[in-house]
Parts: sequence; structure tokens; C-alpha cells
Amino acid sequence: MIRRRLPFDPWHLALVPVCVLLGLPLLWMFISSFMNQEQLNRFPPTIIPGSLHLDGYRFLFDDASLPTWFVNSTIVSAVVVASNLIFCSTAGYAFARLKFRGSGLMLWLILATLIVPFQLTLIPTFIILQHLGLIDTLWALVVPSLVLPFGVFLLRQFFLSLPPELEEAAWIDGCSRWKILLTIVLPLARPALSTVAVITFLLTWNDVSWPAIAISSESHATLPLGIATFKSRAETNQSAIMAANVLATLPVLLAFLAAQRTFVRSLATTGVKG
Amino acid sequence: MSTVFAQAPRAGVAAAAPPRRSWVQRVFGETPSAWLYILPAVVIIVGLAIVPVFWSLLLSVQDKDPIAETTKYVGLQNYRDIFDDPAFTGAVRHTLIYTGLFVPLSIGGGLGLALLLNRRVRFIGVYRTLAFVPVVISATVQGVLFSFIFDDQFGVANSLLHRVGLGPQPFFADGGQALLLLVLAGLWAGTSCVSFCAVVYLAALQDIPPELVEAASIDGARRAGVFRHVILPALTPVTIFLVLWQTVQGVQLFDIVYAGTSGGPGQSTYVVVYYVFRTIRDSAYGTGAAASYVVAGGLLLISLTSIAVHRLRERRA
Repeated sequence: MIRRRLPFDPWHLALVPVCVLLGLPLLWMFISSFMNQEQLNRFPPTIIPGSLHLDGYRFLFDDASLPTWFVNSTIVSAVVVASNLIFCSTAGYAFARLKFRGSGLMLWLILATLIVPFQLTLIPTFIILQHLGLIDTLWALVVPSLVLPFGVFLLRQFFLSLPPELEEAAWIDGCSRWKILLTIVLPLARPALSTVAVITFLLTWNDVSWPAIAISSESHATLPLGIATFKSRAETNQSAIMAANVLATLPVLLAFLAAQRTFVRSLATTGVKG
Repeated sequence: MSTVFAQAPRAGVAAAAPPRRSWVQRVFGETPSAWLYILPAVVIIVGLAIVPVFWSLLLSVQDKDPIAETTKYVGLQNYRDIFDDPAFTGAVRHTLIYTGLFVPLSIGGGLGLALLLNRRVRFIGVYRTLAFVPVVISATVQGVLFSFIFDDQFGVANSLLHRVGLGPQPFFADGGQALLLLVLAGLWAGTSCVSFCAVVYLAALQDIPPELVEAASIDGARRAGVFRHVILPALTPVTIFLVLWQTVQGVQLFDIVYAGTSGGPGQSTYVVVYYVFRTIRDSAYGTGAAASYVVAGGLLLISLTSIAVHRLRERRA
């Protein structure tokens, strides 16, 4: 029997269909965002459109809300990422290097929240923010995420893995704690900081559960929340909703493609070490 | 202050410690300024994560009248109420079905995908990029996209079925199918999808020293044998993590439901967190808190059992 050799590794025969399958919904999202109502509302629906249209995108930009949602999402994500980088670093550093009373208890409390299911905190958090008058403002989206426990824990572990000699030398030379943290520790912690940034950005940008509870007016909605409400409002305008989906996905998609290594490493560390 | 003196002779460290310590140092420890470093974290995390856990427990045994603004202790009445509420028992059932399907499928699929991607063939970088992209897709996009693709009238899925000569399916118009489609949406994208499991597994696979696999094959182990006796055991810690993580994610399912089906048709895709969300909208905090506690109790039970099972296995090995 003659064994016919394929001109390529047979492994590709398994990889190609799997990747196509995973990519299909996204592909359909892009295609259908460029279709018009007529093409979409036909039965049976068109699969490969004969022509492309910008109706969906035009409708979206005439509807003034989308840019607002985009700005809201950007503000919330930027503030949350920045504050996590700052406060998780300081807290992680204190827990890793400084001796103070209560450090054990506080660290234990912070770690305990990692395993608390989020719906347990949902209602009281809502009530607290309501009393502070923050519900239905962007503050309600920012405040609960200012310092995420996973970030504190991750940075503490990373700081512990650094050799303390450098910091000790700087301390003896009369360097202040803040200066040591800023000029010696943080530059060394770049990989851990980028992990914190990537994960908090991904979680904040994509989150819809908390915004759905905390925000009720459209002008304070984030992109995912806006799209979800827009869907129930304009059910018939499929191409516009798909266009909105494309615009919501584009920033994270581009970020992912630009920094794939960091993304993959960050997601993997949450699994391997978390 | 007497306690300080009482401990001093016993501690023995006291002799080595600097003779004078300011009162700040006595109260806050050697580096009092450390509290400034952790203050934001402590305020936010204790205030909005620890306190609420106990507050929820309190709310779950209270009944608040939003109009008269009175609060009274009602014992376990809220818990009794939710178990009499078909919306809640239905939500629990749907959550269990979803989690029961989602966890094994996502982990099995993730392992398969990771094994596929763990081979040095041409373009493997491109394949990995394509396979990992779904992780960054938001749940809203997933829910909305799937509800359109599987729309009973205008969905492209029915169009494909039509092309191959099959009859149309009700998909999201049918309660049973809607829940299965939510599982499919959850498997496809998001931070707990098949691709996410594959990312974690791939990292773990690459951590397995190649010598281990080589040694086994030199000793005459076949491919399947190497997989069963070398690779799978090396992946056990990651698998345990994933089982716990995916279970928690499954039980906390909300966003795909919110964006995809809004609990419908009828209440056939109500899940527990969606139920809690509805109670907040109705200001029925007591019922919502009771429902959260039932779920948290369930999660705790699952984690404790899985830890116990793991311990037992280790002891036997």
C-alpha cells in the first residue's frame, strides 16, 4: 500500500476548522454590520451579501448616544486601570515589605474577598452607593473597582519574588520609601503591572452586570450597557446593533492584537497562580 | 498600656528592639506609614466587599417596607418565600443545568484546543491568535450576536439549515433551546470560554519539562499512555483551578442572559443572578439577599466537596 503524503502537516486539517468555527460568529458580526435592512430581513436571510452598505453605522452616528457611551466607557476604564495600578502597587508593596500591626489580618481579609461570590455584595453595595448619592453616575461604576483584590495579591507576590538587597542598599543610602517604590521597585515590576492593567481593562470595559444595576439613565451608560438597552429598543434595526457591536469590540480587539503576548501571559497567570 | 509591659519580659525581643518607640509605632507597628499605603485598598475592599457580606445576611432576615420605611425582623420568611416562588426555583434549575453543561464542556474543549495548539507546525502563531481572540469579546456582544444568529425568523443559522435542506428551528423562541444556546454562547467567548481554558492549559502544557515526556516514550510508553500517565497528572492542579473557576462563573451567569434573552421566553432562561437583579429593580432587597445567600451556600458546598474529594484522592495515591 502506498501511503500518500500530504504536502503539509495533517495537523492543519484539525486546526483550520476549529479556528474557522471560533471565528465565524465574529465574521458574521462584521459582515452583517455592513448589510442593509432589506438584506437582513429576507427569508431565508442572506449569507453572503451582494453589496455592502453603511446604513447601520449611519443610523448609529445620527443617534447621539453612541459617542457618549464610548466616552463613558473610556473614562471608567481609564480611571479604574490607573487607580488599580497606583493603589494595588502601594498596598502590595506594604504587604510584601513593610512591618506593621494588622498586616496579617488585613491581607487575610483582602484574600478572603477573592472567593466571595459577587452577588453577595451586590445589594449592600447598591444601598451604600445610593446613600452616597452615586447611583446612576459614573462614580458608581468606578468606586467599587478602584482597588481590586486580585491586583493587590498579584503585586504582593511579585514584590516578594524580587531580591530585597537593592531596596536595602537604597534605604541605607537614605532613599525614602516612596522613592524606593517609585524608582526601584515599580520599574522592575513592569510585567506584573501590565498584567494588572490588562486584566482590569478587560473586566471593566466588558462588564455589563454592575452597570446594568447601577445605571438607569442612558447618558451615563457604558458601551456594553448602551448596546444591550439599544437592542431591546431597536430590535428591528439589526445592522445598527451589529455596527454597535463592532465598535464595542474594536478597541479590545486592537489592544489584543497589539499586545497578544501580554494578554495571553496575563490570562495564563490568573489560572496558573490564582 | 499594662498589656505592653506584661508582654515585654516574655517576648525577649524587647531587649533587641530600639529603646524608645513613639506611641504611633506602639499602636501601628514598626512602620506606621504602611497604613497609608494600604488605606485605599482597605477602605474599598473592606467597605464594599467584606461589610456587604454580613449586611446581606442581615437583609435576608429582614423585611423592608419601601413606602412606610419600616424594617422588621422576619426570620427565615424570605427564604421560605423564594422557595415558594416558581421564578426562583426555575432560576436555580436553569443555573444548575447551565453550569452542569458549561463546566465539563468548556474544560474538555479547552484541553482539546490547547493540545491542538501545542504543536510546532507552520503558522501556529496565527492559529493561536485566531483561537484566543474570543476571550476579549464582551458578554453583551456574545448575547446580542447569538440572539440574532439564532433568531427564529431572521437568523442566519436557520438560513444555513435551510440551505442544507433542514427545517427551521425555533432556537431562542423555545425555552429549552434558548438555555442550550446560552451555553453555546458562554462556551464561545468571554473570560471563561473554551479559549480561556485553552490559554491556561497551553501555559501549563508548556511548563511540562520535555524530558519527562521523552523519558516516558523511551521507556516504551505509547502516545495514549504518555498522555494518561504523564501529561494529565501534570495538568491536575490547573484542572482543579479551572473546575472551581468555571463553576463559579457558571453559577454567577448574568450578562449573556441580560444581553441575549432578558430571561425569556417567559422565564425559561431566568438564572439566579438575573433573579437577584430583578429584586433590586423591585427594591425587594430581603428576597434578593436571601437568594444570594442560597447561591453562596451552594457554591461553598461545591468548593468544599471538591477540596475534600481532592484530599481523599491524594491520600489514596
